[in-house]
Amino acid sequence: MSAVSAVSAVTSPTGTGGRGPRASASPAGASPAGAFPAGASPVTMAGALNRALADSLAADDRVVVFGEDVGPLGGVFRVTDGLAARFGEQRVFDTPLAESAIVGTAIGMAMNGLVPVVEMQFDAFAYPAFEQVTSHLAKLRNRTRGRLALPVVIRVPFGGGIGGVEHHSDSSEAYYTHTPGLRVVTPGTPADAYRLLRQAVNCPDPIVFLEPKRRYWSKETAVLTAEGPPIDRAVVRRPGRDVTLIAYGGMVATALEAAAAAVEEDWDVEVIDLRSLSPLDEETLTESVCRTGRAVIVHEAAGFGGYGAEVAARLTERCFHYLEAPILRVTGFDIPYPPPHLERFHLPNPDRILDAIARLQWEGDGA
Amino acid sequence: MTVLAYRSETVDGGGLLPSAAPLQLIDADGQAGHNPGGLRLPDPEVLRGLHRAMVLGRRFDTQATALTKQGRLAVYPSSRGQDACQVGAALALRDQDWLFPTYRDSVAVLTRGVPAEETLTLLRGDWHCGYDPYQYRVAPQCTPLATNAPHAVGLAYAARLKHEDQVALVLLGDGATSEGDTHEALNFAAVWKAPVVFLVQNNGYAISVPLAKQTAAPTLAAKGIGYGVPSLLIDGNDAAAVYAAVRAGVERAAAGGGPTLIEAVTYRIEAHTNADDATRYRASAEVSDWLERDPIARLEAYLTARGLLDDAAAGRLAAAAERLAAEVRDRMNADVDVDPAELFEHVYARPTVNLERQRAALLAELAEAAEAAEPAR
Repeated sequence: MSAVSAVSAVTSPTGTGGRGPRASASPAGASPAGAFPAGASPVTMAGALNRALADSLAADDRVVVFGEDVGPLGGVFRVTDGLAARFGEQRVFDTPLAESAIVGTAIGMAMNGLVPVVEMQFDAFAYPAFEQVTSHLAKLRNRTRGRLALPVVIRVPFGGGIGGVEHHSDSSEAYYTHTPGLRVVTPGTPADAYRLLRQAVNCPDPIVFLEPKRRYWSKETAVLTAEGPPIDRAVVRRPGRDVTLIAYGGMVATALEAAAAAVEEDWDVEVIDLRSLSPLDEETLTESVCRTGRAVIVHEAAGFGGYGAEVAARLTERCFHYLEAPILRVTGFDIPYPPPHLERFHLPNPDRILDAIARLQWEGDGA
Repeated sequence: MTVLAYRSETVDGGGLLPSAAPLQLIDADGQAGHNPGGLRLPDPEVLRGLHRAMVLGRRFDTQATALTKQGRLAVYPSSRGQDACQVGAALALRDQDWLFPTYRDSVAVLTRGVPAEETLTLLRGDWHCGYDPYQYRVAPQCTPLATNAPHAVGLAYAARLKHEDQVALVLLGDGATSEGDTHEALNFAAVWKAPVVFLVQNNGYAISVPLAKQTAAPTLAAKGIGYGVPSLLIDGNDAAAVYAAVRAGVERAAAGGGPTLIEAVTYRIEAHTNADDATRYRASAEVSDWLERDPIARLEAYLTARGLLDDAAAGRLAAAAERLAAEVRDRMNADVDVDPAELFEHVYARPTVNLERQRAALLAELAEAAEAAEPAR
């Protein structure tokens, strides 16, 4: 296949390493191949999220940002850097250290007309808030026949790949996607991090916003805009003919690396970035997989009972007669997240993805 | 170098501790209370209003319990015995304030002005919350214990951020004080100086577990000092005391003084719900003892002795209570229409493609079943 037109360059210093900058395609990009859009400047994902919060606070007086260490410190990942100084402690503030109350008070604030954007410091530290999320945040619209809308955004840095000690690297998406009433979204690129967060703040539904912490420092040269694909649509990050590689969050860049390497094997790989895990954009997926006839789903989370199982089941129901091979999953093992020196054995990488692609019953395979 | 900035003036009490004995304005015999503390006796008009609301609430409560026996309500957690807390709390709120009730607080919800049928929708089972929370400023009745407390704190703090005069009252039980959310909510409210009143109805039991197995604290009100929250311990069967204490908390909160914790000592006369057997965990003598401290009888005696209630007025009130009971019976005995298509509404602001597909499938299934049920032509 030919090189994809690159409108943005994504570098991933904390990725599998050693492979250097990767090109990624942006389907929304209208720029000529190789050129950056006018006004584009390099930005990290953390920087893009910071800009999205600042622009949301500036655009809407109802928006408040709070959580642990989000004030003067600017968050442990600096995503809220400078916001308290700029918008004041009535709009951006530290809370006592208690996740259930952070989400619980956000619910009360939303009932009273505010638009809270709260931070859970790490994936596994969000679990004390689980009851508030599942029993109240997700259900109150339904329980009150639509009278109580809760436009709350819960930002959760999630996933591994940063050498964190235990409880700092969980992929908790399936806990949330299994809860009707919640939207669950996760960006794969800095530009999309900005877009998705702006869209999330403007959305009337409660949203769990999963930030792939291993990509916080990945850079992209792009114009940050909320325009583009809507919040509930998947995008094709790299068009291809032979196989559909489905990824989200931190695995999007890994999937693109695998797709670039697959060229050497003569596999033309299409990469889909799901963006929205719930609801799922089945239309984009179905179109792609019915066309390529092969699909591989990648995620860091354990495979058993994982999000990929839902995607595989739905694609099997909808694309069965087009499939050339079983849909495969490349996931983390079914183990508690490993310690830093062992995480490289656990996390999906391009080689493992290429091995899965190789098992998709290609013509000429020995029978 | 000072590393920690404790507020030393509050460590030895600083006025945060509750009284050792419950505050009381009117005693069990309808005489002036023995331990009024700083509580202000409400005006006669308020006392009459408390009495009226208790009589109506009691009739509503006994009617609802009866309806469970006829299968018209799925379940009903009675608040009989806690009438003073239910009514005193609801009436102490101003129009702009919010009530955050639990499943046992149907009488408080009713007293706040929610129609009986809308109050009982949850327990009848045709939907979850039957009323519009914004119309009455009553949050949906909360079943998971103590989880409504952070909601109240958030709503109240939002009012402060918006410079609006609005107070939130959250109702809790003795069991709920063991939940983490009670702790988190009290702490957040205190740090934020949020305009919230926490009313703990200590009715002695969390389903079957007595208070002695719930806490080692001297009283539940005593927990306030740990958060820097001033607390009151009151006689929860004295409607005047409940009203006065909650009202004082509301006024303090509205003036920027932050939260108040109130423990009202009361008793649940009925079992936990109609499905519970209270004889397995408590003695009938204990129930009889508490029946003698009935909240309605004591206020009635007080009002009658002072010429604030006569037989004619009592008769009119009894008739009004019967009319309410008849209305509840009529409404609840009518079969309710449910719409299966509504299952897919209100999950998101707009139904997702997935939900639209599921709705269509369910409606097709129902249409097919209806067609099959029709006699052949």
